[in-house]
Amino acid sequence: MSDTSRAEYCAIAIADCFADDGEIMGSPMGLLPSLGARLAKLTSNPLLMITDGEARILQGAPPLGVTEDVVEGWMPFRLVLESVVTYGKRHVMMGATQIDREGNQNISAIGDWAQPKRQLLGVRGAPGNTVNNKTSYWVPKHSARVFVEHVDIVSGVGKTRAEAAGPAATRFHDVRRVVSDLGVFDFEGPGHTMRFVSVHPGVSVEDVQAASSFAIALPDGEVPTTREPSPGELMLIREMLDPRSLRDREVPPAGASA
Amino acid sequence: MPSKVMSAEDVIGRIEDGMTVGIGGWGSRRKPMALVRAMLRSDLKDLTIVSYAGPDVGLLLQSGQATKVVYAFATLDSIPLEPLFSRARQEATASFREWDEGMFQTGLRAAAQRLPFLPVRAGLGSAVLENDPTIRTVTSPYDDRQELVAVPALELDVALVHMNRADQFGNAQYLGPDPYFDDLFCMAATEAYVSTEQVIDTAGLTVDAALQTLLLNRTMVAGVVEAPNGAHFTACTPTYERDEKFQKAYATAAKSPEDWAAFRERFLSGSEQDYQDAVLAFGQETS
Repeated sequence: MSDTSRAEYCAIAIADCFADDGEIMGSPMGLLPSLGARLAKLTSNPLLMITDGEARILQGAPPLGVTEDVVEGWMPFRLVLESVVTYGKRHVMMGATQIDREGNQNISAIGDWAQPKRQLLGVRGAPGNTVNNKTSYWVPKHSARVFVEHVDIVSGVGKTRAEAAGPAATRFHDVRRVVSDLGVFDFEGPGHTMRFVSVHPGVSVEDVQAASSFAIALPDGEVPTTREPSPGELMLIREMLDPRSLRDREVPPAGASA
Repeated sequence: MPSKVMSAEDVIGRIEDGMTVGIGGWGSRRKPMALVRAMLRSDLKDLTIVSYAGPDVGLLLQSGQATKVVYAFATLDSIPLEPLFSRARQEATASFREWDEGMFQTGLRAAAQRLPFLPVRAGLGSAVLENDPTIRTVTSPYDDRQELVAVPALELDVALVHMNRADQFGNAQYLGPDPYFDDLFCMAATEAYVSTEQVIDTAGLTVDAALQTLLLNRTMVAGVVEAPNGAHFTACTPTYERDEKFQKAYATAAKSPEDWAAFRERFLSGSEQDYQDAVLAFGQETS
């Protein structure tokens, strides 16, 4: 039996999101996305460009929590907004406090915008990201409160709403994948709705449906299981990129109580 | 050339009730906090604050002086949410316009270029256009006929920014990795004021720093305030990093009215020098 942890399956599923991107900027938001993007840079896509989360473009893929590396360029926030997002050579993986069947995402606030029950981050760059460059999402704890029928405040824009806004909104719209602690999803279901790409080992389709507020579309045939990591990938995750196992804090190993 | 050096109180004296004030920096990074603290000590009211928001906005909402805020996010960076901002949103104690980060930059640029608007793609299809119904779209006059967001100019009466160094004439430089949007804030404003860690001789600005660090030239700046540690508790890299212990104390105190009253009494009830003295004592206690 495999000793691969759930967090490790998440890391390789995230890395696979960046595998075919070629020479563009990867913008992972948060811990597991950073691990996955750095893993992709060391394996499937060495051309991927990453930053230290601030203004430096790093040539290598240092361990989590480390930002020292050979600096290959300058990427202040102003250039991210005007020369990367709008230029389109970027794949961002954002979090999602809510995400819905049609791929709309919310990081702004919970409840009514005018007087929210709980203020979150604000829309940040999500509206611009989703109509300008490739966008994926990471959800560390898949639940019916996150996977909702309709998000409260549309921050990231799904395909159907982009289509309603017109050709300028759809021309570069490319919401790719959602990776959660239970599985991987895209928006190739009927009418650009969420569809299973794979479930992680130990997770059933029924488990995922029970943890979602809407029915996720099924592909033709069986829902595949997320692929196994190679020994090399496991070595990179465990010994190089995340020797302190920070990944297990975000996605606890199966059997560990939350 | 006449010197533009003045006190923080002089700057506050140039601001009037009801004005729109842009504040530079980003989140909890290189915020002109000494000038914000001077605003907190003043009777200024009914201010509209335009900011990539951090504790600057949280404090001006808490004091009741900010009645409108234009923002794309509010964060303390190492602490994801700004607690005083969150409370103001949840209790609806002010009015708000929430824009996408790129729209916000574009609005500043439109104002800096004295244009009524600039077109962008960001915002299309999102709740931003629903929650700020003043924003309109524009149709391309060319054959593509695409409908885009017409981001209105974020015209500011006053801009406040903090730089690592400046000269007495208003030439100012950042020495950290990111200029943020401080030049755009200054150019979007009728008058811009720079607080700085150190006012030095003009020739000194480029002795040990690259030419490109000179973000602001004197045509953009109406006044210069020397304010050592003036961005505290936000980061002013490389002069100093964010004071994480102090920021944590701020965020913790903001959770309850009693703790906040004690925090305000200890740190925000006196002069800037009193603040800096209290910060020094806090640092010694917690080290």
